[in-house]
Amino acid sequence: MPGTVITVTSGKGGVGKTTVTANVGAALAMLGHSVVVIDADIGLRNLDLVMGLENRIVYDIVDVVEGRCRLRQALVRDKHVAELHLLPAAQTRDKTAVSPRQMAEVCDALRPHFDYILVDSPAGIEQGFQNAIAGADRVIVVTTPEVSAVHDADRIIGLLEAAERGPIHLVLNRIKLDMVRRGDMLTVDDVLHILAVELIGIIPEDEQIIVTTNRGTPIALNPNSATGRAFHDIARRVRGEHVPMTSLRDRGFLERLFGFMRSS
Amino acid sequence: MDFLRRLLGREPSSREVAKERLQFVLIYDRTGLSPGVLDTLREEIVAVLSRHIDIDRDGIDLSVTQEGRQTKLIANIPLRSRRP
Repeated sequence: MPGTVITVTSGKGGVGKTTVTANVGAALAMLGHSVVVIDADIGLRNLDLVMGLENRIVYDIVDVVEGRCRLRQALVRDKHVAELHLLPAAQTRDKTAVSPRQMAEVCDALRPHFDYILVDSPAGIEQGFQNAIAGADRVIVVTTPEVSAVHDADRIIGLLEAAERGPIHLVLNRIKLDMVRRGDMLTVDDVLHILAVELIGIIPEDEQIIVTTNRGTPIALNPNSATGRAFHDIARRVRGEHVPMTSLRDRGFLERLFGFMRSS
Repeated sequence: MDFLRRLLGREPSSREVAKERLQFVLIYDRTGLSPGVLDTLREEIVAVLSRHIDIDRDGIDLSVTQEGRQTKLIANIPLRSRRP
């Protein structure tokens, strides 16, 4: 069966696209799937750094589309998880170095060889975004519970619907339980009501994301942490498993997150 | 939400404010409907309907709501009953 291309996008920068791509990619590979993650943020490459693979890059996606190397040669093998690969972005070029058609061709060339192809989109709605969704079979929209991030997520969802890209699933990142409890943060239900797309995962705010990213060892490598498990839950939902949203260890955490909505 | 606020006599939480502001701005984003356009619509609907039926102009409620990703314009127009 040919692989599935899933684009991870958000509109707003800094909401966790690259973190979600690296961790869901790692979790899918740990579940036994062959995975390639593509950094579509040409000129601002970071997926390699988040995954700890920055020293292993020889060729990048621009080398591939301009014919300086074969696709296989540009793929970097992950150092932690077998069957996880990275197709890096070029750092010294810009978004126009790859066209949407070329990106779709790269995705098509990868489909026969991998179960999942995850594309890490750049922020914005310009060509980099158009490139990133060109080959997508599905889209994961990442947002945080802040007005600007939700506003931009809505715009992205509208553009995806207009381009007939989907299904669209939502990852709500960086939920802070104490702020939700105080009534100072949009709840999961608030965001779902506003955006009206299907939820595929909730990631709590966690300092360990910064610590693990500092080390270049994605937190999903440790599925015993609550946040690592949240990424594994997303990976399992991606491959079609039904995983209840309440499967985080602190059951009360999610019940309170959802419950606050109902109290008003 | 407004009714609850009055009932409890308290300031809305920042979460409630965020939600209301987002919903307001998204209606305009998704449809291009601004409060000004809504006012114009109201006047024109009243003008057209008044030519045919007796409506209660003060009771007209024109609102925009969201159902999933579909935005709906809801007009509630009370009619005056005919007096003998």
